[in-house]
Amino acid sequence: MKHESIEINSALLIILTLVVISIGGLVEIVPLFHIKGTVEEVEGVHPYTPLEQLGRDVYVREGCYLCHSQQIRPFRDEQLRYGHYSLAAESKYDHPFQWGSKRTGPDLARVGGKYSNEWMTQHLIHPQSLVPESIMPSYPWLMQPLKYQDIEARMKALRDVGVPYSLTKAEYEANVKKFGKDLADQFVIANGIKSVKAEAAAENWDGNPKEITEMDALVAYLQVLGTMVDFSKYNQGYFSTFR
Amino acid sequence: MSANTVAITAEQYNYDIVKKFAIMAMVWGLLGMSVGVYIASELAFPFLNFDIAEITFGRLRPVHTSLVIFGFGGSALLGTSYYVVQRTCQARLWGGKWLPEFTFWGWQLSIGIGVVLYMMGYTQAREYAEFVWPVDLAILVTWVAYATVFFMTIRKRSQPHIYVALWFYLAFILGTAVLHIFNNLAVPVAWNSFDSYSLFSGVQDAMTQWWYGHNAVGTILTIAFLGMMYYFLPKQAERPIYSYRLSIIHFWALTFLYMWVGGHHLLWTSLPDWVGSLASAFSILLLLPSWGGMINGIMTLSGAWEKLRSDPIMLFMITAMAFYGMSTFEGPMMSLKSVNALSHYTDWTIGHVHSGALGWVAMITIGSFYHMVPRLWGVKLYSTKLVFTHFWVATVGIVLYIVALWVAGIGQGLMLRAFDQYGNLAYTFVETVTFMHIPYVVRAVGGALFLSGMVLMAYNLYMTVWGARRELVPVAGQAAVAATRV
Repeated sequence: MKHESIEINSALLIILTLVVISIGGLVEIVPLFHIKGTVEEVEGVHPYTPLEQLGRDVYVREGCYLCHSQQIRPFRDEQLRYGHYSLAAESKYDHPFQWGSKRTGPDLARVGGKYSNEWMTQHLIHPQSLVPESIMPSYPWLMQPLKYQDIEARMKALRDVGVPYSLTKAEYEANVKKFGKDLADQFVIANGIKSVKAEAAAENWDGNPKEITEMDALVAYLQVLGTMVDFSKYNQGYFSTFR
Repeated sequence: MSANTVAITAEQYNYDIVKKFAIMAMVWGLLGMSVGVYIASELAFPFLNFDIAEITFGRLRPVHTSLVIFGFGGSALLGTSYYVVQRTCQARLWGGKWLPEFTFWGWQLSIGIGVVLYMMGYTQAREYAEFVWPVDLAILVTWVAYATVFFMTIRKRSQPHIYVALWFYLAFILGTAVLHIFNNLAVPVAWNSFDSYSLFSGVQDAMTQWWYGHNAVGTILTIAFLGMMYYFLPKQAERPIYSYRLSIIHFWALTFLYMWVGGHHLLWTSLPDWVGSLASAFSILLLLPSWGGMINGIMTLSGAWEKLRSDPIMLFMITAMAFYGMSTFEGPMMSLKSVNALSHYTDWTIGHVHSGALGWVAMITIGSFYHMVPRLWGVKLYSTKLVFTHFWVATVGIVLYIVALWVAGIGQGLMLRAFDQYGNLAYTFVETVTFMHIPYVVRAVGGALFLSGMVLMAYNLYMTVWGARRELVPVAGQAAVAATRV
């Protein structure tokens, strides 16, 4: 067949182009859903609690991913600066993923537990008050009340895309087995609003116990980042078998 | 060319729709680049965030990228594709008056509404695909209409042969559709909520997004603009394309190879190594067809190099090809794992993108517009001298921009991996931030220079179309233009 015959036949040109552009994606993406080991087997990773998920939604809204990555690479300097390299399992409940592509600020994959709630809140309200050289914007408006009335709709949508928040008793019991009773209770969709209130009250997130603010949610989210896996339980080298 | 070519006059083509897209490309271009300069300044001088949520860096950055890629680039592509498809098929645009008109309003409104929503905090947080789901749906409908208009115009062509520029536009239309659909799969929180959650999570979501992300560069910012190049560069040079065979080879190689390379944005991450390695290998391969395109473009001027001295439009186009060659060399180098370990997460990436986006995409568009706009309105270009000025302002701006971010990116990369004699990290993160201040200032200046070039262009084109010195090109001249084939 001469190339000429493609050049005079628009339908053929369209079909061949579609074939050619489809191959790369098919070969590289589809297997990721099927190859076992793409996501590591590891204990401890669980869906976000309702308050944490709302905090994540604030993180998404403000475009934090444009300056902060959540993906530590297996290099010595990153290990020292941020901690163990990120596992695929650690973001398996992340819709969308927030690995980022740029570090104008430091990586946040394991920021959880590194700073106090008080520090986090102060830093978000006015970063330069703690780190004078910082170029991060201030986020004073995060002290406004959190909108959590639609948390159940959010949890339902997340359940639709595969996060195991529970609607039925069977789902709840599966969660109890997998994540323990405390977490499983928070993953019950019908309890969404109650869970948000309880979690916001359980800890002094932003120094303002009177109100559930966006800051409460965001700090709760930041404080859980990278803390789910207990790496002391695993041999060095275990995770490299998955790479 | 046959006699019927000469008989075709401008009135038989739908130029009205092309004009509209051209105007909006300029509007979005000016706006999007202004936002770019502003957010670049925010990085240098963070007080510019002013504690106002709507204009913080995190919310404005997608405004910048969407406006320049889809607003400026997209409008330029839809517009020029309508121009090129009509002229090379010698057929009036299919779809009557209203379907092309629909694609215009669909596109402009989607972008306008989408970016306002970003500022209000509604985003999918997927780079270059931040538009919320209702906007994505509107874009999809618009795109289907656009594809229909384009394909049907090709089908009713009066030339048997489909010109090479159209293959590229066609691959762009098909590729963009596939990418847009699969990367934006999501479940909305409610029918009346702008928020949604992506269908995939974690590693699969990352791969899907960067398959999209890199091919937004591949199919839109490369393949589509090559379509533009294949029409406007030979036209402006008044010479046939250098090698037809080369255009065939590099067309199929580009369309095939590009879709494999997205994984190079995820090297050393939780993405399995095999995908990253495959993506790296294909990225290196991509150098060949990319340079095939560059050589084909530049060599078209072979034998008429003196035009570079007299014709600033040619200068824009050839420089665009040079930047295209440069960034398609830099790209594969950055997807080598060892280089990527340093460059990834730094401003080197941003610099690389802009050497492509400003040097290649914007410059080929600018050149094409200086060629097309006077022909659309049937007038002469207001000032060639201003085009020269524009060229130099833009080029100096790009060079400042790229060099500043090489310094920022490579510098930060080296600092972050430096150890002192005891094996401790030599620098804290914030020390690298301090280091980047001066490069950030220079980058903002470079961007501002490029933007001021665009202002010159807007003035020049405004005066061309509506200015005092309006004179009609003789009809014979118009026919001669149409007669030069292509």
